[in-house]
Amino acid sequence: MARDKALKLLNTRDPALKGLLEVPEEEYMYSGHNACPGCGAAQAMRFVLKALGNQTINVLAASCWSGIAGVFPYSALKIPVLHTAFETAAAAASGVRASLDMQGDKETVVLAWAGDGGTFDIGLQALSGAGERNEDILYVCYDNEAYMNTGVHRSSATPYLAWTATTPVIHPQDRPKKDILAIMAAHRIPYAATASVAFPHDLIEKAGKAKGIRGTRFLHIYSPCTPGWRYSPELGIKIARLAVESKVFPLYEVEGGERYTLSYRPRAVPVREYLRLQGRFDHLREEEIGLIQEEVDRRWERLLRWCT
Amino acid sequence: MEKVILSSHAVAYAVKLCRAQVITAFPITPQTAIIEKLAEFCATGELRARFIKVESEHSGMAALIGASSAGSRTFTATSSQGLALMHEVLHWAAGARLPIVMVNGNRALGPPWNLGPEHTDSLSQRDTGWLQFYCESGQEAIDTVIQAYRVAEEVLLPVIVALDGYYLTHTTEPIDIPEEAVVDEYLPPYHPKHKLDVADPKAFGGFAGPELYMEFRYKMFQAMEEAQRVAAKADLDFRRLFGRGYGLVDPYRLEDAELALVAAGTLASTAREVVDARRGLGEKVGLLRIRLFRPFPRAEVRQALARVSKVAVIDRAISFGHEGIVSQELKAALYGGEHRPLIYGFVAGLGGRDVTPEDLEEALDRAGKEGPEEEVLWLGIRL
Repeated sequence: MARDKALKLLNTRDPALKGLLEVPEEEYMYSGHNACPGCGAAQAMRFVLKALGNQTINVLAASCWSGIAGVFPYSALKIPVLHTAFETAAAAASGVRASLDMQGDKETVVLAWAGDGGTFDIGLQALSGAGERNEDILYVCYDNEAYMNTGVHRSSATPYLAWTATTPVIHPQDRPKKDILAIMAAHRIPYAATASVAFPHDLIEKAGKAKGIRGTRFLHIYSPCTPGWRYSPELGIKIARLAVESKVFPLYEVEGGERYTLSYRPRAVPVREYLRLQGRFDHLREEEIGLIQEEVDRRWERLLRWCT
Repeated sequence: MEKVILSSHAVAYAVKLCRAQVITAFPITPQTAIIEKLAEFCATGELRARFIKVESEHSGMAALIGASSAGSRTFTATSSQGLALMHEVLHWAAGARLPIVMVNGNRALGPPWNLGPEHTDSLSQRDTGWLQFYCESGQEAIDTVIQAYRVAEEVLLPVIVALDGYYLTHTTEPIDIPEEAVVDEYLPPYHPKHKLDVADPKAFGGFAGPELYMEFRYKMFQAMEEAQRVAAKADLDFRRLFGRGYGLVDPYRLEDAELALVAAGTLASTAREVVDARRGLGEKVGLLRIRLFRPFPRAEVRQALARVSKVAVIDRAISFGHEGIVSQELKAALYGGEHRPLIYGFVAGLGGRDVTPEDLEEALDRAGKEGPEEEVLWLGIRL
């Protein structure tokens, strides 16, 4: 078959295209959604649903996605969606799971979906509760590193020294980004992983792997935000790729809260390359970029120790 | 089958008889034995339900929103601080038109820490879109929980069944536990018309702008109005099957009364004693117990008080800056009617202070005067 032949060619010739034709063709998201051009969160949902398929119920906490999903009576998703309050993704998903279990439906995937604010901050308690109970849900945090929907306000996922509307350049974010994956790993949930919209094959593979596991699964997806990070829409994927290549956002998995596995070995691009494409870092001085580089290197070494 | 039983345990039996499928609970300061008994029922398999031991009351209600949206009959129980924590998601549950049933053990809010019986916790959830019943006995509690599911699932709004903390939640009385087969006849299984279903995907609760939002709220309002009729019918049907009923309001010796006491919850039992005592002295005194607080049964209240010239409301609650909450509601309801008796609004029994027959005697004496000394009358203040 031509498709098989093409697949073989792609898989052998260019490692970057590895698995391209294995990506499911089905789309579970309509094209007429409300996301900004170049929105990483929209791509994250598209890729995750490709892996999960239509036997999925989405529990959607307040986030950009509450708007992206469409205005009543429209819906941008081809699966059932339950819109819920900001801090309730994990709790409401626990309830959906309980109800499906009571109806004898163990197969439908309950997908809790929230942004970094709804995960790192206001939804952390509910997420911790669900993780501790090992609820049979897949929780996805699409991380665009601030409360973008409300006007680019800092969250505890905002990186060190970044500008946001509530961390102006004269007093930028002064604390490091919260390590959400370590927090989830500490709950000893069966599966936690980072992923990026710039590495769709890895993302889809992880979502597919998570689908096959029972208990609480957590995916932390790096999702660039055009207005919030102040870049031109066509640069989003490049920035996301550089985040991984510069070790700012490493791709890895944590199984059972203990087994760390690196998913991709970065090319070790200097963080400057990553930072300079984004307006939110325009104000950084050389010595500040140096501080960020040191911290990134230190965290990378630490991650490598955990992976061995 | 009649049993001498803790009212909290009786509530758990009601939930079991109603075949709730998803239950959540958090032991916030304070909980009741309701959830302990339910945990036992779920553990032994006597009740086939998922019991989610949530990490907060807020998550407890959020999880029920999920479970109810997916088509299950749901239950939780809470009190004071826990109910207050739920406030945001109470609005959400009602706005999503989910027939969740919750028992609230009425207790005072801090500070100062107190935990004694008081109605301010649930009365201050008045505008969330939940129906609210206030019970006088353990028997009424078990019966009202069963009625609550009937009403909730017909009008698609959630229901709070309120029980006075301690006076009801922690006391024992002989209670008739209804037969399972009769409850099954009274309460059919819950099959919602719309639910989260992968075979028929729909989105629930998405954004609706000003051109549509108001219509959602108007429909909620209409459902709440309809709930009066539905609750009345549910009570009549209950009476037919179980031989007991309560009405939306519960009048006592009001036929020829000139002065009426008005109260909700267990206070009504004390009030009845006082009414009888005064009647013994030849005074034309009666009592109106408010059982359904939301929707407020305006017509029934107006009718019950159509002949009295004075009303003494005893509120176990306060809305700071105005007055007792039941008093406020009563005035609003009567103002819209043709007969407007003089209303004396008393605040009593906050934080579990006993409201004794002597207190109610005092209220009646003060209501016997020309007019209220003040807009808000406090009973038993010791300053």
